[in-house]
Amino acid sequence: MKLAEKMFAIDRRWVYLALGLAVLISLKIPFSIPIPISKEARNIYNFVDTLKAGDAIHLAIDYDPSTLAELHPMTLSILKQCFEKKIKVVITSLKETGPAMTAAVIDTAVARHFARTGERIKNGVDYVFLGYKPYPILIILGMGQNYRIPFPADYFNTPLDSLPMMAKIRNYDNVKAVLNISGTAATDYWIAYGNGRYKVPLAIGVTGVMATDYYPYLQSGQIFGILGGLKGAAEYETLVGTPGKAVQGMKVQMVAHLIIIVFIIIGNIGYFAQRKKRELSA
Amino acid sequence: MDWSTTIATTVAALLTLAVFSFLYKDNPFYKFAEHLMVGVSAGYWLLILAYTVVLPKIITPLKAGKWYYIIPTILGMLMWARLTRKWSWISRYPLAFYIGVSTGVAIPLEMKAKIIEQLNGSVDLVTTMYSAQAGGMTIVNNILILVGIIAGLIYFFFSKAHTGATGGIAKFGIGVLMIGFGASFGFTVMARVSLLIERLQFLLFDWLRWY
Amino acid sequence: MKRQLPLIIIFVCGIFMVFQYFVPHENSEFLYEFAALDWPPIIGVFALTLGIISLIRVSIAKIRKREPNWPFSIVTLVGLTAMIVAGLPWFGGQTSPAVIWQFNFIMQPITQTIFSLLAFFIASAAYRAFRARSVLASILLISAVIVMIRFFPLGPFTGAATWTADWVLNVPNLAAKRAIIIGVGLGIISTALKVVLGVERSFLGRD
Repeated sequence: MKLAEKMFAIDRRWVYLALGLAVLISLKIPFSIPIPISKEARNIYNFVDTLKAGDAIHLAIDYDPSTLAELHPMTLSILKQCFEKKIKVVITSLKETGPAMTAAVIDTAVARHFARTGERIKNGVDYVFLGYKPYPILIILGMGQNYRIPFPADYFNTPLDSLPMMAKIRNYDNVKAVLNISGTAATDYWIAYGNGRYKVPLAIGVTGVMATDYYPYLQSGQIFGILGGLKGAAEYETLVGTPGKAVQGMKVQMVAHLIIIVFIIIGNIGYFAQRKKRELSA
Repeated sequence: MDWSTTIATTVAALLTLAVFSFLYKDNPFYKFAEHLMVGVSAGYWLLILAYTVVLPKIITPLKAGKWYYIIPTILGMLMWARLTRKWSWISRYPLAFYIGVSTGVAIPLEMKAKIIEQLNGSVDLVTTMYSAQAGGMTIVNNILILVGIIAGLIYFFFSKAHTGATGGIAKFGIGVLMIGFGASFGFTVMARVSLLIERLQFLLFDWLRWY
Repeated sequence: MKRQLPLIIIFVCGIFMVFQYFVPHENSEFLYEFAALDWPPIIGVFALTLGIISLIRVSIAKIRKREPNWPFSIVTLVGLTAMIVAGLPWFGGQTSPAVIWQFNFIMQPITQTIFSLLAFFIASAAYRAFRARSVLASILLISAVIVMIRFFPLGPFTGAATWTADWVLNVPNLAAKRAIIIGVGLGIISTALKVVLGVERSFLGRD
């Protein structure tokens, strides 16, 4: 079989093996790549950076383990920045298989802050985790009227009115912005119903699959920042000064992308060779 | 790492490898992991619904004397009529209430978010071009964006045949759309590979501890 | 009444919600908060349980009839039961250690791994199907490659690569996605209007 024909007919399992090995090897080899910071990511960082101690934001963690790889680093970086600046955080998780994961990521962020600074971040004082409720559209609208409508109690069943942090927080008027970290259609709902009806400033951190769809909203001013996929997470990790899994992942991304581009080229060479062969024999 | 964490991490790692085995071919290990996940996820979802809705929004208010919460509870239970063919028509009433509310809410807000604000943004592109700060590149880019939006919308207008001038603009529109889809594909590759990187990071560093 | 009354309910609720958006009067706000925001999630939660009830019925039927792969339905039911039992109030509810353990070491790794398979499938799909067959396919391919290489360290060309990718995202991609968003928005509104006005009735099912 000629080389060009072989290029056209590689078994898909060799493609899987090549990609798997490329990722494994590049995880082990120590090298790094620069992470240029985009304007969209810097907007979010600068916004949070200009907030004062005691200001509150709403962190809407609307994803589940299926997209954790890209979005957890964003969440951890934002929580790090908020805890360091003593910004109060109201946290929700409007994806049905997300609450336990969200509770775990909050615990991780709290533990890391304690390890770094010796300072304890307290539930009910520095942050409140409201948990999950179904039907995100109605929940987003309900929180805009009063957080207590959809969430009479937090994730741990403590009534909201007994939490010190919530004494001054009634609805979106009392938070400076909503930061929506999402791998679902919840982002569309936050734009249409949260920002649309209640005009709360909104920024998003989304998976790579979704990121390109939100540039029109950025241009129209409906959102003020985008963190797109693992690159957005790496940018935010760099901005807050704690390069972690996202920054490490970007070097592996580069190798994986290179492998995929090589296979696309091989496939196209094989395709054009086959086409030429058909044209010649016709 | 203590023994309980080691065992738990090993369980997670073996389940991870069971799913990866699907790449070679479908096999009982993969099927086991897949069916286990379906069962555990369904169970978790039931728990979440019980503790986040049934307990705080039905049982607690009823215990506190807010008797009117029995109305949405009964309406909700009527949904279960869908399980029987003879009585499934009863479920239309609570479904109608929910659909009526959600579609009514959607009409003004989706119009605002997806049409009015987007058109506002497009008009902003025009006004930006006339501002004193607009450089040559800004003007070129904004014109390209506006032409691209109009061409893309004309491509989606199928009530008129795409012939003549309309056909030419629609062709340009599909070209613009292809660039958008190509950008989406590029980001999608990054997204999918991220998920693989995380799993291999778990296997290498958290399970095998091969730093 | 089996079909007419639901259509009347949809019409009344839908029109009320549209008008309520424009009427900030406190009575309108009260009805909005009370009946529209508070009740539907309670009603809806019973609909969400239908899926789980169906899963149990289908699994039991598969086991009873000894359909192909029926032993795996036992695995499904065992997983479901284990999670529910672990979450009973006497064991600590949704935050009990047994629930968290099953979530962290069973549900989470399997979910993440199933989705990570997509990386392999996209590589294979890119190799098999991503062909520069036509001008449009070539445009798509070039645009994808520009975005994919935007964070590669390309020495003196790094700046140009980043600038080009940013331009692709903020100019033609923006135009394309805005056209799609407007089209989708028009579709959502027309469908919602058809539902509220009773033109679209497929959700009623058959009598």
